[in-house]
Amino acid sequence: MSTLVEKTKNLFTTKEIKEYDNLAGFLFISPWLIGFIAFTIIPMILSLVVSFTSYDVISTPEWVGLDNYIEIFTADSTFWSSIKITFFYAFVSVPLRLAFALFLAVLFNQKRKMVGLYRTLFYIPSVIGGSVAVAVMWRQLFGSSGALNSLLNAFFGMDIARSWIRHPQSALWTLIFLAIWQFGSPMLIFLAGLKQIPGSLYEAALIDGANWWQKFFKITIPMLSPVILFNLIMQIISGFMMFTQAYIITSGGPFDQTLVYVLYLFRRAFSYYEMGYASALAWILLVIVAIITVIIFKTAPHWVYYESKGEF
Amino acid sequence: MKKNQLKTILYHVLIGIIGIAMFYPVLWMLSSSFKVEGTIFRNAHNLIPEAFTLSNYVSGWAGFGGTHFGIFFRNSFIITLTATAGQIFTSAAVGYGFARIKFRGKAILFALVISTLLLPQQVVMIPQYIMFSFIGWINSYKPLILPRFFAMPFFIFLMYQFIQGIPKELDEAAKIDGCGVYSIFFRIILPNIKPALITTFIFQFYWTWQDFFGPLLYLQSADKYPVSLGLKLFSDPSTVTNWGGMFAMSVLSLLPVLIIFIVFQRYLVEGISTTGLKG
Repeated sequence: MSTLVEKTKNLFTTKEIKEYDNLAGFLFISPWLIGFIAFTIIPMILSLVVSFTSYDVISTPEWVGLDNYIEIFTADSTFWSSIKITFFYAFVSVPLRLAFALFLAVLFNQKRKMVGLYRTLFYIPSVIGGSVAVAVMWRQLFGSSGALNSLLNAFFGMDIARSWIRHPQSALWTLIFLAIWQFGSPMLIFLAGLKQIPGSLYEAALIDGANWWQKFFKITIPMLSPVILFNLIMQIISGFMMFTQAYIITSGGPFDQTLVYVLYLFRRAFSYYEMGYASALAWILLVIVAIITVIIFKTAPHWVYYESKGEF
Repeated sequence: MKKNQLKTILYHVLIGIIGIAMFYPVLWMLSSSFKVEGTIFRNAHNLIPEAFTLSNYVSGWAGFGGTHFGIFFRNSFIITLTATAGQIFTSAAVGYGFARIKFRGKAILFALVISTLLLPQQVVMIPQYIMFSFIGWINSYKPLILPRFFAMPFFIFLMYQFIQGIPKELDEAAKIDGCGVYSIFFRIILPNIKPALITTFIFQFYWTWQDFFGPLLYLQSADKYPVSLGLKLFSDPSTVTNWGGMFAMSVLSLLPVLIIFIVFQRYLVEGISTTGLKG
């Protein structure tokens, strides 16, 4: 008997060991692993090294120590203005976009006719919003003789000859509007989140005599807060990365009023060929994004409600 | 009953108003593409052209200095389809590796995948450019296509999530039938993660098709440009402005994206909802 037990035990343990298949495991993940080393780890190390040099791609890099960083923080006013503009862009457009996405998600969470069609249609701007086609259209829309001025003239008799793109006060707002316009993905994520909220909570609130607003702020928002947090982090990061729209629509102008961080970095790297300086800018961007992510995470316990601890 | 009907009407009216405001820019682009050049910015807000013409599509298609839009579209399709095929296959394989196979260091490596999900690509942009120019890949499609054959974290995560949802009993049954890890991947997993494969196809297609930054960095001669760079040429100071042609080609450039959206939108919604990630 004991031998049989032993045998099965042996069989069991060898099977356990067999389940560890290092060769197959690494073979399957090798595309990522190789790519991670070649296109992320090595470039990041290279980027850090280059950030301590003066390098124009053609001649050999010259070691300058912390000079790039010192210049950025002490003598580069464009850096500070691009930081200000990027923060304004990200922290205005993302909350507005999320608010709008939530508003529509709540509307589309109702059981009504056509809701499925609406949901699909309202996602379309998100599908096309990142394209060059929409960017070049946007520029004409807000141009001096574009559709917006024409609309204002036809309906309100306002005769505006200025271009919204070329005016320092409105240029950045045209980019913010474009960002809000692409609310489709957070809307879908919110919709998925709304469906997870147990209906019993609302029924209990109804018995207690809660009105729509109370239900929204006491049940919907708290229950949805983990999803909101996740969206907030992801979108603020992508807000910091905005490039194409600023490049095509405003080219950073007028007077650098829409010179967002990545556009400034691009200009330093590929217009002036200051790779060392631009690499330092890239590392500062990475640190900023990391700090913002940590801050959002750290403050999360104050406003995010987790039903089960540790579960996202 | 009456009150409910009123509510229903108000609901649809509200959505209708938001919808009109939202779709106005797209419809304006569409209608401008059919307006006669020179009338586009006269009463620009009108959505109905004074006279309907297809000439913008002809003049726009002609492109710039002999490079017509047929070439731009062909280039876009070459880059996009190759990159997308690479992404689908490699991310499925990596997702399977992490979801189903036990190996040393898996937990740490998967944590790395997740943490690089948030890594801004702009940080590695300059060194990548330096590397690619060092090996002489500037003005070729390699820098745009090759990195896509190494599974992006976003798609690994998507595949991982989907594979986790497939009952392990299927694997076990296949194992008893004599399948190894490799044939389980090809015979059991791949056919069962079709929605994830399609979602990957859609997103990677969109991102590559609409990518502007990559081609802007790496491509120099116009005959290699994809559509996104071709469109930008319309507003370059050196070219004669042809707004009608620009609108027409903009509309055409959105067609593949919209067709894929209409055909596969069910999968797209599912994909966004299961990963909770944006597109």
